[in-house]
Amino acid sequence: MIGGEHKAIPRAALAECWSCKGPVSVQAMFCHTCGAAQPPRQIDHFTRLGFEPSFDLDIDLLEKRYLGFQRSVHPDRFANKSARDRTMAEQQSVSLNEAFETLNDPLRRASYLLQLKGQTASVAKDQTVDDPALLMEAMEAREALAEAESAEAVEKLAVKAGADAIKLLSEISKAFAADDLAAANRLTTRLKYLRKFLEETRSRRVALESF
Amino acid sequence: MLLQIHEPGETPEPHAREHSLAVGIDLGTTNSVVAVIHSHEDRAEVLRDQCGDGLIPSVVAYVGDKPVVGRAALAMQIEQHGRVVSSVKRLMGRGIGDVKTLGGSLPYELAEDSAGGMVRLKIGDRAVSPVEVSADILRALKARAESKLDQPVDRAVITVPAYFDDAARNATKDAAALAGLEVLRLVNEPTAAALAYGLDTAAEGLYAIYDLGGGTFDISLLRLEKGVFRVLATGGDAALGGDDFDHALAEWVIADQKLDKLTPIGARALLIAARHAKEALTAQDRVWLDCDADGHVLHVNVTRDTFDQLVDGLIARTLRACRQVLIDARVEAADVKGVVLVGGSTRVPAVRRRVSKFFGREPLADIDPDEVVAIGAAQQAKALTQGSDTLLLDVTPLSLGIETMGGIVEKVIERNTPIPVTKGQEFTTYQDGQSGMLIHVLQGERETVDACRSLARFELKGIPAMVAGAARILVKFAVDADGLVTVSAEERLTGAKAEIEIKPSYGLTEDEMAGMLRDSLTHAREDMERRLLIEARVEAERVLLALSAALKADGNLLDASEKAAINGAIAQVRQAMSSEDRDRINATVEILEQATHGFAQKRMDRAIAEALTGHSLDEVEKSMATDEPGDRAAADATSAAGRKAKN
Repeated sequence: MIGGEHKAIPRAALAECWSCKGPVSVQAMFCHTCGAAQPPRQIDHFTRLGFEPSFDLDIDLLEKRYLGFQRSVHPDRFANKSARDRTMAEQQSVSLNEAFETLNDPLRRASYLLQLKGQTASVAKDQTVDDPALLMEAMEAREALAEAESAEAVEKLAVKAGADAIKLLSEISKAFAADDLAAANRLTTRLKYLRKFLEETRSRRVALESF
Repeated sequence: MLLQIHEPGETPEPHAREHSLAVGIDLGTTNSVVAVIHSHEDRAEVLRDQCGDGLIPSVVAYVGDKPVVGRAALAMQIEQHGRVVSSVKRLMGRGIGDVKTLGGSLPYELAEDSAGGMVRLKIGDRAVSPVEVSADILRALKARAESKLDQPVDRAVITVPAYFDDAARNATKDAAALAGLEVLRLVNEPTAAALAYGLDTAAEGLYAIYDLGGGTFDISLLRLEKGVFRVLATGGDAALGGDDFDHALAEWVIADQKLDKLTPIGARALLIAARHAKEALTAQDRVWLDCDADGHVLHVNVTRDTFDQLVDGLIARTLRACRQVLIDARVEAADVKGVVLVGGSTRVPAVRRRVSKFFGREPLADIDPDEVVAIGAAQQAKALTQGSDTLLLDVTPLSLGIETMGGIVEKVIERNTPIPVTKGQEFTTYQDGQSGMLIHVLQGERETVDACRSLARFELKGIPAMVAGAARILVKFAVDADGLVTVSAEERLTGAKAEIEIKPSYGLTEDEMAGMLRDSLTHAREDMERRLLIEARVEAERVLLALSAALKADGNLLDASEKAAINGAIAQVRQAMSSEDRDRINATVEILEQATHGFAQKRMDRAIAEALTGHSLDEVEKSMATDEPGDRAAADATSAAGRKAKN
């Protein structure tokens, strides 16, 4: 979202419909009185897609909601409508895309949740200072990748990193469930490194592959 | 490039809508196709000539007073050399610098153009831009549609390669405007093909669309599910296609026959012969390439094995792009349920063989690969004008960023981000009292400025005097559903309205565009007046509808005299709407808005009071449920979300 911090919105918060000037819910995409498309209000990504802020999400339901909402506000649905309506709907569509992109990826979801809970600053700090063990591990992994000379060897490293990432996800989930934000933060930083490493294995694999 | 900067809500709008049919157009490098879906029908019809041919060669001859398009132009290619333009799509949105890197493979002379750095073709004594040539092709397609449908056609969905950058997309839109076509939507070619294919076969699952045309290659991965076509990733090469196969074969012939440097005419003749040989090799194992190139009478035996070896590297480039999109979408080749082939170049047996080996399955080509894109475009045209149950969700093919210190590109929007998308980035000043900032917008995947495509440079002016680092300048990037980029900027601390200047790096300048439009549209001014009047009426109608819904729901908040005042104002608006006076309509609407101000306040007050006394908004919404089915769906979705969040 452009600008502004995400704050928890009290339930049943109200906004004014731009078209009929009546009250609408801040979550509403359309006015229940006059049907006009509403601009996206500043609500967090979870609320926008109808979830309580939590690391554990029903991904199928997330996708279902995203597609369902997108179906009603996508610009293609408003090709024949007035400019105001089209602008509002397009902005809703943009916000839905952003919310879905953030929540659909566990790493981005974890970072976002930490940010919502006021943990942004320490993520950046952790990356460079607080976890020398992680830095050492990351360096070793990179060396192993640089030495891998066949697509198979790279694949082996990627499979191991993939398994580690899955394990990390369940640890992050536990940390959030126990409300241990410091642990969640540390594990998320670790996942960030692992993700980057996995991407490097992929591009290395393409480079080694012959067509 | 037309200016893409505007205030929200001030988008110029295409409101004057008669009920004419909107067509789908595949504006191809080699051939173009126009298709339509008639009202109350599901199937698209490709509009063909008397011989049943749906393809119009994308070739324009500038010989007499009027440009000649299609087969007739194709036939003049050799004798009218220098006046016949083909494959112009490869030049769309490109500057002189880009074209030089295309490697002298262009069969026409270029004229330098100092103004926008845009390429122009030298045709006799005049210089023609690729946009104008494309407009001539579009005019021919429009004319075919109008004669076949026996009605004016002025709206279209036009397809572009998914890998087209912003400059090329804008150039395509400009060409349509010149040809008198309103573009309802630019749709990516592979997405259009998926739409045509998916709707035809009710396919579900993960599909790869391999689109190898005359001059461009696209690969897109889509998930097809219950009427939603979601692009997961797209990639390709905007300068790789069947033309390159012809060149590879022609170069081989030059080397094999030890030919000296050919004249442009000789090279043209050889290229045409190479294309014929390539096409013949689809069905035969060996063919003769016959050609008279600058007096060298050639009679060369070409085997399919030889040809396959020549194009091997080109096909490998397409497969590398396929691998990249699989990685971007985080899927494996084995997850792909079907591979759809699009584009004439997928007829080459080596392409089919390598693609099926790569994906581990036989590709699908049930729909004619030359027509499938136009059919999808026609389906989207219908969806946009008449509504549809299907939904297309596309992505941006190229990353978008800005130049930072040291010529490094900082990415703001990554490739394969679902569109529409808006992202912002904050910048600050580096000098005390700095009042302006130059922002250079780039598109591409590479790290450095020279390796990416420059979209625009604009200057933010009027930054209030502050110490270095204090200003907070928010630069906003938006990519709309057409894949077009908009950039805006503001200084956030003071909220100072900053002035923005866009200097288009490529494409037509606004002046050029306006001049051309003046040439082609004589009634532009009247049209504009008419449009503003229609817009004013539509807006007035919107206000009346919204108010009537509000009165129905909350009318009991008003006493008799308040009601009378509002009704009086409504009557004034209605009267004004039946006139032709735009200013009067706008003025009466303004008065009505003022007259209802107190009413709006009462409605808000009541809702807040109810929320405070424990009524949840869900209940309020339920009690206010509207009768319109469309709105109900949306309201339901919202309250479902609300309920879930409460648990």
